[in-house]
Amino acid sequence: MINPFALLQEQLTALGFIPAPLVVVAVIVAKILVIVLPLMGGVAYLTLAERKVIGYIQVRLGPNRVGPKGLLQPIADALKLLTKEMVVPSGASRFLFIIAPILALGPALAAWAVIPFHSEVVLADINAGLLYLLALTSLGVYGIIVAGWSSNSKYAFLGAMRSAAQIVSYEIAMGFALVGVLVAAGSLNLGDIVAAQRGGLGPLSWFWVPLFPLFIIYFISGVAETNRAPFDVSEGESEIVAGFHVEYAGMGFALFFLAEYANMILISALTSVMFLGGWLSPIPGIPDGIHWFLAKTSFFLFLFLWFRATFPRYRYDQIMRLGWKIFLPITIVWIVVVAAMVVWKLPPWFAA
Amino acid sequence: MFEQVVFYTFAAVLTLAAGMVITVRNPVHAALFLVLAFFASSGLWLLLEAEFLAIALVLVYVGAVMVLFLFVVMMLDINLTVLREGFARYLPIAGIAAVLMFVAVGSVLTQEKFTLAKTAAEVAHPADYNNTRELGLALYTQYVWPFEIAAVLLLVAIIAAIALTLRHTRQTKAPKPEKQVAVRREDRVRLVKVEAERQG
Repeated sequence: MINPFALLQEQLTALGFIPAPLVVVAVIVAKILVIVLPLMGGVAYLTLAERKVIGYIQVRLGPNRVGPKGLLQPIADALKLLTKEMVVPSGASRFLFIIAPILALGPALAAWAVIPFHSEVVLADINAGLLYLLALTSLGVYGIIVAGWSSNSKYAFLGAMRSAAQIVSYEIAMGFALVGVLVAAGSLNLGDIVAAQRGGLGPLSWFWVPLFPLFIIYFISGVAETNRAPFDVSEGESEIVAGFHVEYAGMGFALFFLAEYANMILISALTSVMFLGGWLSPIPGIPDGIHWFLAKTSFFLFLFLWFRATFPRYRYDQIMRLGWKIFLPITIVWIVVVAAMVVWKLPPWFAA
Repeated sequence: MFEQVVFYTFAAVLTLAAGMVITVRNPVHAALFLVLAFFASSGLWLLLEAEFLAIALVLVYVGAVMVLFLFVVMMLDINLTVLREGFARYLPIAGIAAVLMFVAVGSVLTQEKFTLAKTAAEVAHPADYNNTRELGLALYTQYVWPFEIAAVLLLVAIIAAIALTLRHTRQTKAPKPEKQVAVRREDRVRLVKVEAERQG
């Protein structure tokens, strides 16, 4: 297969008048665009998918007026939000108020740098990939806290405090689940983690079997991290209006939603990379490929929507109890179990 | 050339942010500048090929410690005018303390073993050099006892902090989740079969 980026680099160098470092930068920017543009499209259509899926679950049709079958609805929504005025409340900390949505979206996009789409298809193939992801996912909370504080509004502040406490609590369980993955794979590099899941048993040789409790905990913590239902107390429409973004309008509001959906896609992609073998094919004989990765990611995204349509919102003390008293002990115990499995080379997963 | 530009950019951001931490009036802004300072120093560490430490700095300090810090600072609603009272009164003592600090730090750093000539030149590693693995090997073999002792100290500190702040007589009215989870349908709902009345 021809690498289109190598081709681009060749062509740009052949032009002659562009200095070599600029060519490298141009190629990296092209790679970033190839990841971010489809991601943004995915975010837009995930909002439509959410409304459609929840609509069908509730025996409604969902959006069906804009374009054929409502397919242009996300574009109409984006246009509407773009043309709206951005209002900065009086008494708000102006600079922080404007930068907060960017702080929320930035980490959600930057994390994609280390996600492997296929064995060679990754923007930055770094050794400490998993650590980088942990660091970046823990940064998303800043957008929410800063937004809540700088709005100078009680509801926004309450939402931000709830969300910060929740994210900090679930991050620990999430981090421990990732420690289990890294013990099992023996590497922090995401490509190596997927490669370590290759085995003769097809889907059963992936990490979701030996790390089953960690897999479940990781995904549920991911739902809590993204502030999605049933853990969406930071928005809590019926209690605190809309939580941390209550004072935002127009594009600022849209950026928070972009961040939320980008984070959902990120968590789904990470779960499929770390527990469901990323691009590996589930059926022996059918070649691996990026489509498997996308299919697994879509499955987890569907779970997000399904959860939202199914479960009522958790009470706040129950969220804290679940994170600290249930998930944390289970993850710690299972890390010891995984370490034992690795040390004693339990077949078929850790025989090598 | 490129490395120098990156170094001086991060260094400038770091010193600027560190200065702002202690000079801005608003404590929340100060905490956010501290976050920026952590980021800049993390960038400097990346430049030294210490990617594990650099990312761990962001993960631990920016991702966890500073979030809690901000949490507390935002909740406290600090009165700035009270804080600024007595600035002139404490100035002499603070000045003496600052001078002593500078003398102490300076006397250590100007010793001969800290001069540039004494420090080994930085070794450039190949692309497949795994900083995390090297650090792990050193920590768990060569420095295993200091590492374990530090871990035990931290554990003691955690337990002490919990023991000191734990209040058993909590006046909370929240019901206990484990009792709620244990509830069966029969405890709450009584199904009564009502015979339909005959029509007409």
